[in-house]
Amino acid sequence: MSTSASDTHYLSMDLLRFTTAGSVDDGKSTLIGRLLYDSKAIFEDQLDAIERATEQRGEEHLNLSLLTDGLRAEREQGITIDVAYRYFATPKRKFIIADTPGHIQYTRNMVTGASTANLAIILIDARKGVIEQTCRHSFIASLLRIPHLVVCVNKMDLVDFKQEVFDEIVEKYSEFASRMEIADVKFIPISALHGDNVVDKSERMPWYKGASLLYTLETVYIGSDANHVDPRFPVQTVIRPNSTEHHDFRGFAGRVAGGVFKVGDEVLALPSGFASRIKSLHSSDGDVQEVFSPMSATITLEDEIDISRGDMLVKPHNSPHISQDVEAMICWFSDKKIQPNGKYIVRHTTKEVRAVVKTIRYKVDINTLHKIEANPEIGMNDIGRIHLRTASPLFFDGYRRNRNTGSLILIDESTNATVGAGMILWPDLTETKLPSQFVEMGGL
Amino acid sequence: MSSYNLTHLAQLEHEAIFIMREVAAQFERPALLFSGGKDSIVMVRLAQKAFAPSKIPFPLVHIDTGHNFPEAIGFRDWLAKDLGARLIVRYVEDSIKAGRAVEEKGLNPSRNGLQTVTLLDSIEELKFDACLGGARRDEEKARAKERFFSHRDEFGQWDPKNQRPELWNLFNGRKNHGEHFRVFPLSNWTEMDVWQYITREKIPLPPLYFSHEREVVNRNGNWLANTPFITLLPGEKYEKRIIRFRTVGDATCTGAVESTASTLGEIIQEVASARQTERGTRADDKRSETAMEDRKKAGYF
Repeated sequence: MSTSASDTHYLSMDLLRFTTAGSVDDGKSTLIGRLLYDSKAIFEDQLDAIERATEQRGEEHLNLSLLTDGLRAEREQGITIDVAYRYFATPKRKFIIADTPGHIQYTRNMVTGASTANLAIILIDARKGVIEQTCRHSFIASLLRIPHLVVCVNKMDLVDFKQEVFDEIVEKYSEFASRMEIADVKFIPISALHGDNVVDKSERMPWYKGASLLYTLETVYIGSDANHVDPRFPVQTVIRPNSTEHHDFRGFAGRVAGGVFKVGDEVLALPSGFASRIKSLHSSDGDVQEVFSPMSATITLEDEIDISRGDMLVKPHNSPHISQDVEAMICWFSDKKIQPNGKYIVRHTTKEVRAVVKTIRYKVDINTLHKIEANPEIGMNDIGRIHLRTASPLFFDGYRRNRNTGSLILIDESTNATVGAGMILWPDLTETKLPSQFVEMGGL
Repeated sequence: MSSYNLTHLAQLEHEAIFIMREVAAQFERPALLFSGGKDSIVMVRLAQKAFAPSKIPFPLVHIDTGHNFPEAIGFRDWLAKDLGARLIVRYVEDSIKAGRAVEEKGLNPSRNGLQTVTLLDSIEELKFDACLGGARRDEEKARAKERFFSHRDEFGQWDPKNQRPELWNLFNGRKNHGEHFRVFPLSNWTEMDVWQYITREKIPLPPLYFSHEREVVNRNGNWLANTPFITLLPGEKYEKRIIRFRTVGDATCTGAVESTASTLGEIIQEVASARQTERGTRADDKRSETAMEDRKKAGYF
């Protein structure tokens, strides 16, 4: 395998973003190191630098975590503080790894890495099996609706590559995963240290009939991960050249957050409700006939209607939910607990509004997945459900239907810090008028 | 590739355009930090696309160390003129004359670190609240921890241990008076992506990036070009070599590589088989294990 670029193959490569979850000892750094090394994404000078640093620390094995732990404090303390992004490519795909630390600021980092991921790798130590931490990782992957999950049972060399060990873990995990909503799970027995089933199929586990990890990463189908059904175009900014050449040009710039828009399509502007037709579409390749998620585009309309940042273009018969009341699962990142009746700034698509936390419904015990409903308090790294009331309506879809229009962040007005990440639940039928086709969507 | 899939280059491009538009929408006085290097040239192309048919709605700002390659400066002036963009240049030399920065001692003083003084002074003088930069996470290990929207306090400092989490495509650019943001739309690009994009888009580059004959001197394994900013050490002498530059910074700290790659296709081949990182030729990164982090904390690019 190589990144040979002798021709124009790169014009047909796609992109997979994945996250890796694990703790210090489960071999996560070794696995990433191997993927990077075998795909030639680690360079000689980087390797030299790591060798020097490892030697200076008096460590025996090459410490590949030094590749990603770039900050002084991380290297001093031997811990990962923050999400690190690594890149590698094979002739088929480019990969972005969000490598998230297993302990400190655990929820915050994993949620951050998971928010843009197509796939999560969950590592299980073959000797330890499914442990509490596996459950936490999987719950967050399911909550953030990462479309694909790959469970790597690592350190198979330490259990003599026995199929029984692997089968037992698969069974235990599947039983536990059935309590969550995980769409696509694959299991791979590996030894990251020795490379078994990482890049090439291992000859030491002939009983395993599936693909190697890298082959899985290269071939998992991600074409349906983005929503191409519900047209949503949050307006970022208005482009008005004010030049003689483009005297009347008034384009709405944004990134398609769902569905497809075509020239001639009838569109509806929210919140005004005015209808018009798409006159022209401009994207990075100039004038185009259609744009789809996640393309950045500029739209001009047949009619002059008042539209500005925070507004949304949709199709007349496919409207998002429009409401000032939002139910959301929230992950909290601040040492100041969520204040009941506390006021925050909500950022949702391109819109920023003030909001108040009306109710804290419950907190989730992320080790047992039980709901704590009696006086729930949501503090640093906690996850729970809240009811928000916003100062003006949001135009949203349930997070499970659309990650772009179903996600929001909360900002503390006094510090400007991002303190929470929210996944919007499609409202209960009793609370709202709901188009019938969404009945089956249910809650999160 | 089916109709609703995007290639990796297209995805990176649409992401970068989205980030640039967020900057235009969330800030009052943004600027694009422009060095004349390939990454900032790609940034300019993306900015053109993001706001077409309008002109780029912010100025290009160059912090000139006075140690640049003349080819890079010439290219910078040509590009700004060609686009009709506003180019603002501030000089490290002026900061030194004003006593705000002190030239390093020694035979070959680097002005790399001094740029921070001039940069922060310019941000204050011109009241920029967001500076777009072409830095990439794959360049260097401290940069691997950077955010797209990177907060700087009123002293221009970066606090890597206390960064705002960035989730989905929601970027929080809120700040207090006197603080600013550095924004990096190319965060997810690699050196290879940049070259592939330059090739796909047929973007013109300064000739420094292509193989040519030049007088160079070998110092600590790096080929340094013959410029007025280099003083030869005893025993050193210039020789003619066929070289090119993988990265273009100050002439005092940017080494050339021996190469015959004279077309974009050949450069891509060379990048694909390279066994050294791009910044392996940058002496400024080698001063200590955390040289980049330390400079970035102080307000460097």
